Amino acid sequence: MKKIEAIIKPFKLDDVKNALSKVGVQGLTAYEVKGFGRQKGHTEVYRGAEYRIDFVPKVKIEVMVTEELAPRVVDAIMESARTGKIGDGKIFVLPVEDVVRIRTGERGNDAI
Amino acid sequence: MQNINTGDTAFILICAAMVMFMTPGLALFYGGMVRTKNVLGTIMQSFIILGIINLLWMLFGYSLAFGPDKFGLIGDLSYIGLKGVGMAPNAAYAPTIPHEAFMIFQAMFAIITPALITGAFAERMKFSSFLAFTIAWFIIVYLPVAHWVWGNGGWLRNLGVLDFAGGLVVHASSGAAALAAAIFTGRRRGFGAEPIIPHNIPLTIIGTGILWFGWFGFNAGSALAAGGLATNAFVTTHIAATAATVSWVVVEWLKGGKPTTLGAATGAIAGLATITPAAGYVSPTAAILIGLAAGIVCYYAISLKFKFGYDDSLDVVGVHGVGGILGTLSAGLFASAAINGAAGNGLFFGNPSLLWKQALGVFVVVGFSFIASMVIFKIVDKLIGVRVDEEDEITGLDLSQHSEVGYDLSGLGGSAGGFVTSGAFDVHPSSQVSTASTETP
Repeated sequence: MKKIEAIIKPFKLDDVKNALSKVGVQGLTAYEVKGFGRQKGHTEVYRGAEYRIDFVPKVKIEVMVTEELAPRVVDAIMESARTGKIGDGKIFVLPVEDVVRIRTGERGNDAI
Repeated sequence: MQNINTGDTAFILICAAMVMFMTPGLALFYGGMVRTKNVLGTIMQSFIILGIINLLWMLFGYSLAFGPDKFGLIGDLSYIGLKGVGMAPNAAYAPTIPHEAFMIFQAMFAIITPALITGAFAERMKFSSFLAFTIAWFIIVYLPVAHWVWGNGGWLRNLGVLDFAGGLVVHASSGAAALAAAIFTGRRRGFGAEPIIPHNIPLTIIGTGILWFGWFGFNAGSALAAGGLATNAFVTTHIAATAATVSWVVVEWLKGGKPTTLGAATGAIAGLATITPAAGYVSPTAAILIGLAAGIVCYYAISLKFKFGYDDSLDVVGVHGVGGILGTLSAGLFASAAINGAAGNGLFFGNPSLLWKQALGVFVVVGFSFIASMVIFKIVDKLIGVRVDEEDEITGLDLSQHSEVGYDLSGLGGSAGGFVTSGAFDVHPSSQVSTASTETP
């Protein structure tokens, strides 16, 4: 099992969600996050004083998938989240030891 | 009682209510400009002034400001506890309305003036020391200055210094105190290094709207009668606010920046503060020029704090101080006997002496308020310490001074903790079970 984390542009969340549904992902978790990478922040101006804001708002999603599905999920995120401009984000793939569905107690692939 | 004019009385009572509304409006105006963790601490500083200063005004403040004159410097204690301030008019101030109506109208001015200062020491002052400073400043600075400029027999009034609605008494005096406050309390942690930016500009815009609305009561009401003069003050007030809104935004845009919402709101307040001393002396045409100048001059004035390194957090000096001074001098330039016969002409209508009187008024009020404020801060600091400690400043005033927070947008409510106050009612498992069982038939 794999956990796939992706940091994406906030306005791309809907596209990514639809693309993931199409490849068979049943659920995902999304967070509003802030961070910075190669895409620099922006400036804000209040009463003539300029401030550099380093942290850029992003959305982070987390998806649990089976080993077989993982490559297709990565591709789906990559295609749906890409604008071609700097700041499109990153995808991380992590191994997962176990998954438990709280209601039934199912484990592993059955719980995904 | 036959001298009472019901129209005038109705007008002044409504104006007094409008000026009262300005102080909660100011609380929102300031509250939006601080960081989330200080929104209540900032709002509270204005709101508690509404309570405390009004009580002091009723007890002795009104008497010292407007009571029978002593040496041109201060009123006596004839009106202590509002003794003799009743339904009959006081002809020296407002011959057609009850003395009590004049008193309550003036109370609202006494309230908002110290509240204006709070923007200068925002986000770092202890609540206790803020209270001590405010009460001392009200007694030592506001009451004498109000008497000098507006009191019957006040020495600046006798000299012919003009201040229609408080350019000197309200704005220049609070602006000078704000400069002292910013210098004395020192900078907020991180000032000039990290972004300390407004957390809720829409709140500031609501505050601006309330202030603008209330300002019609402030300036038009200062005619103390419903009629032509009040109308002229109403119109000049609105013109100056709109002109300064436009000129501020144009300047910041031309300087290579963007036209900002906060800039538009700040310009409006700068225009309102600037026209205040002149509203009942100048023509609508002059008000356009005064308003345009206010937006430009105050825009440049607020950048001075970065040049000199003092942290006037919400720009009280640049907006109210500079605006009040500019407006007081503008009255010396643009005053016209055709608008207000009692005031006479300014420089542009052939009377240069008025401008000198206005400059003297500025020098006296600004100098006195600044020096007295520094002394008060020094004493308060010795007695109880002016600033919150480092940890409280980082935590924010809301939690450290008031044990509350302005916003809970998490949706968690209080589920992460428990109810601490004991004895209010008992909540233990057995009582919950018994409640549940009674609901089950």
